[in-house]
Amino acid sequence: MTSTLSTVIRDEVVAACQPWSAILRTGQSLQIVDLHGNQAVDTLFYAVDGDTVDPAGRYSAQATVAAQRNIFLTTGSVLRAADGRALVTIVADEVGNHDTIAGACSKESNTLRYGHHTVHQHACAENFLAEAARWGMGKRDIVSNVNFFMNVPVEADGTLGIVDGLSAPGKSLTVRAETDTLVLVSNCPQINNPCNGFDPTPVRMVITRA
Amino acid sequence: MTTASTDGARSHARSQAGGATMRIPALPDGVDGDRLVWSESVPADSYATRVLGRGTRLRFADPDGRACAHLLLFRADASWERLNVADTMKVPWQAYLSVGHPLLSDQGRVLATVVADTSGHHDLLCGLPPAAQQKMLLATIKHGMDIRDVAPSATLFKGARVEETGALTYTGSAGPGAGVELLIQLPVVVAVVNTAHPLDPQPAVTGLDIVAWRAPDELTSPVNHEPEYLRALFNTESTWAAAQSSEVLK
Repeated sequence: MTSTLSTVIRDEVVAACQPWSAILRTGQSLQIVDLHGNQAVDTLFYAVDGDTVDPAGRYSAQATVAAQRNIFLTTGSVLRAADGRALVTIVADEVGNHDTIAGACSKESNTLRYGHHTVHQHACAENFLAEAARWGMGKRDIVSNVNFFMNVPVEADGTLGIVDGLSAPGKSLTVRAETDTLVLVSNCPQINNPCNGFDPTPVRMVITRA
Repeated sequence: MTTASTDGARSHARSQAGGATMRIPALPDGVDGDRLVWSESVPADSYATRVLGRGTRLRFADPDGRACAHLLLFRADASWERLNVADTMKVPWQAYLSVGHPLLSDQGRVLATVVADTSGHHDLLCGLPPAAQQKMLLATIKHGMDIRDVAPSATLFKGARVEETGALTYTGSAGPGAGVELLIQLPVVVAVVNTAHPLDPQPAVTGLDIVAWRAPDELTSPVNHEPEYLRALFNTESTWAAAQSSEVLK
């Protein structure tokens, strides 16, 4: 490991249910630590020029899975924009697979999935919108995201669903920026399915440069 | 015919349509011609757009067996609400499109539902190949939108399946003559690009036929009775009704 040679730039804990964001400069790494286990970390990536988002450099779940011909993200996965450019690469993963087809929870989709009594519960789409606004972005900039530490198998007949996670307390994943990239995070507040073990918890974000 | 003068150039221009041949997709048998709202054939690597009202039945057909329709839907009256492919898979607990599958917006509403399908070869996972993004961009720009609106899309007539390892297997086309029909449940901008599936080893596509007709009676009974679908339908119908002026409903 080169960790002894790297310099920590930021080391923060994102409280349960809260958003977070940071720009990774090319070559910098972000380690996401699932402090308490089975905590979905909904994440979007945007290429930036300086501190300005390039709307054509937005993460594309479809371009990413088509390029690697696999729906699961793990070590070696290159997370791409719709034009095919590489944004970040997963360089370490202690879990095995991460989701990018099931998207973020929202108040609106919660009404379909669990019933209208959930419409005022907090949701990832709310976190994304609030955090995106800080970078000058709006609703149209939000697309299908990555769900780190979330387990979504697809069965032979197409049945898919969020099931118990494969993560555990202290397990982590690290991405390295291939270009200057804004990372937008929602530490998932969902309490109606097993993506957070029915108990949203904090996660740790460590940015280093080599 | 001379085109050296405006008179000659005009005559030359006006003479062209009469001698041309153009493919015009026909309505299905049994549908009255006065219900027709859209008929267009989309050649390989081209695109088409149209605003369609609630209660329209939209048919895509693959007459020659290699069409590939990449589809986006936007609320015509609020384009920031659009097809959400993740919710379209997650909410019905099903990754593969078939009859009864809703195309959901990011606001928990049904933009359209699949009401007929003789193909079964579709894909919500892979989207447009990077080289074709420009075509979808042009389609959205013509409706006042921009690159931010070129969201993940649905693909009809070319399929992919997920293996237990997560690997994607390309399943190609169902062959010539397949059709897919959608019931439009909110006013939408339809944007469709007929171009390769990103996993297709033979990326050349053939023509895509589109025909749409008014079918308001189909809005009156649910296409699907699963609880998630019925709640999406509730959100759709209540939002639509609330936005109507009282005079319209008298």
